[in-house]
Amino acid sequence: MIDEGLKNELAKQGVFVTSLQELYNWGRSNSVWPLSFGLACCAIEMMAASMARFDISRFGSEVFRPSPRQADLMIVAGTVTKKMAPQVVRLYNQMPEPKYVIAMGACAISGGPFKQGYNVLKGIDRFLPVDVHIPGCPPRPEALLHALITLQKKIAGESLTGPDRRRHLDPTAPSEFPVPEFGAHDLVPPRNDAVWRPVPLIRPT
Amino acid sequence: MKSLAQLKSEIEAAVTGARLEILPNPAVPAQSSLRVDPAQASAVARFLRDTPQLQFDFCSNVTGVDWPERTEKVKLKQVVDGAEQEIEETRSSLGFLEVVYHLYSVALKDGPLILRQRTVNRSDDCRVASLTPIWRSCEFQEREVFDLFGVQFTDHPDLRRILMWDGFVDHPMRKDYVEPDDYEYEPTPHDEVLERAQQHYPTQEAST
Repeated sequence: MIDEGLKNELAKQGVFVTSLQELYNWGRSNSVWPLSFGLACCAIEMMAASMARFDISRFGSEVFRPSPRQADLMIVAGTVTKKMAPQVVRLYNQMPEPKYVIAMGACAISGGPFKQGYNVLKGIDRFLPVDVHIPGCPPRPEALLHALITLQKKIAGESLTGPDRRRHLDPTAPSEFPVPEFGAHDLVPPRNDAVWRPVPLIRPT
Repeated sequence: MKSLAQLKSEIEAAVTGARLEILPNPAVPAQSSLRVDPAQASAVARFLRDTPQLQFDFCSNVTGVDWPERTEKVKLKQVVDGAEQEIEETRSSLGFLEVVYHLYSVALKDGPLILRQRTVNRSDDCRVASLTPIWRSCEFQEREVFDLFGVQFTDHPDLRRILMWDGFVDHPMRKDYVEPDDYEYEPTPHDEVLERAQQHYPTQEAST
């Protein structure tokens, strides 16, 4: 590993030094292809973000892929109903690694205004490992762009080796996430305990 | 538009065996409605659609209402042994399910006419007549009422669940529906949510 100070010194002299990891992460963080997939009104903001005024192509993510096989990023844009949740998990399973998830909007992160309802999932993070959560109802396109930049920073900081390497580089990590089944009143199981566990909360007396 | 009383007598004259009831709405919109028996609903609907003076050719909305069983105490004044006494009497009314149709006439720029059907009870006889054969736009909305309220529409061409999945048990918009117990944290719980919060989370004392 080259010393950071030496690297800066060399850069001033016109010598550019990098590592394979940095180059690799730089490349893929600037071409994150999202899956063209929307569930509710947040998808309208996602579309707006891809159009000329907000222009997501400035960040290399304009290529919305209609097939999960070609996509790197799933933007869960909207309310995830319990009826839709198995299909969302299945789509995620069909995406090739490395893959990322942005949960966009109040419904996708927590169930939003439908949290007390009977047919809305209380956040897609019950079943999928979410990388970036965006609050808002719906979030503005700028918020989505901010989430994308956050994700790019996260990708750029990933290491290819070592204990904190990405899931797909770890042979012991699961490559698929279990798809929930429809039960009599709720999904079975109602959440994936390997991905999410409830926050222990204590009620003040 | 004709008054409901006028319409009622016209329908009763034209459709044999039809008995209608005007259900007044005392609220500000004052949209009173016509209640029709499920047995004659199909014939009445056909009359409303096909009569040239009415031409209700569009059903814009179908919705359901759940009226659960209820007991209420009514105070009655009775004369017992020459002295007037107040007697409390409990009256219980059997619950029923109601389906509401909003009809418009696009041709005559008329409407809405509100038509209601009621089931016998809300447990074993939840049948009403489907009006899908008369207004095709009812199809999905009647399926929704079937899905969420459990109203059985006779003569519906394709009565399946539409919003919930096929293996779902029960009808979630009924007043006595018990939701799955998947309570999670709420920042400001109150009323029913507060009760559930108290069941789900230990107090500070209990945990330490």
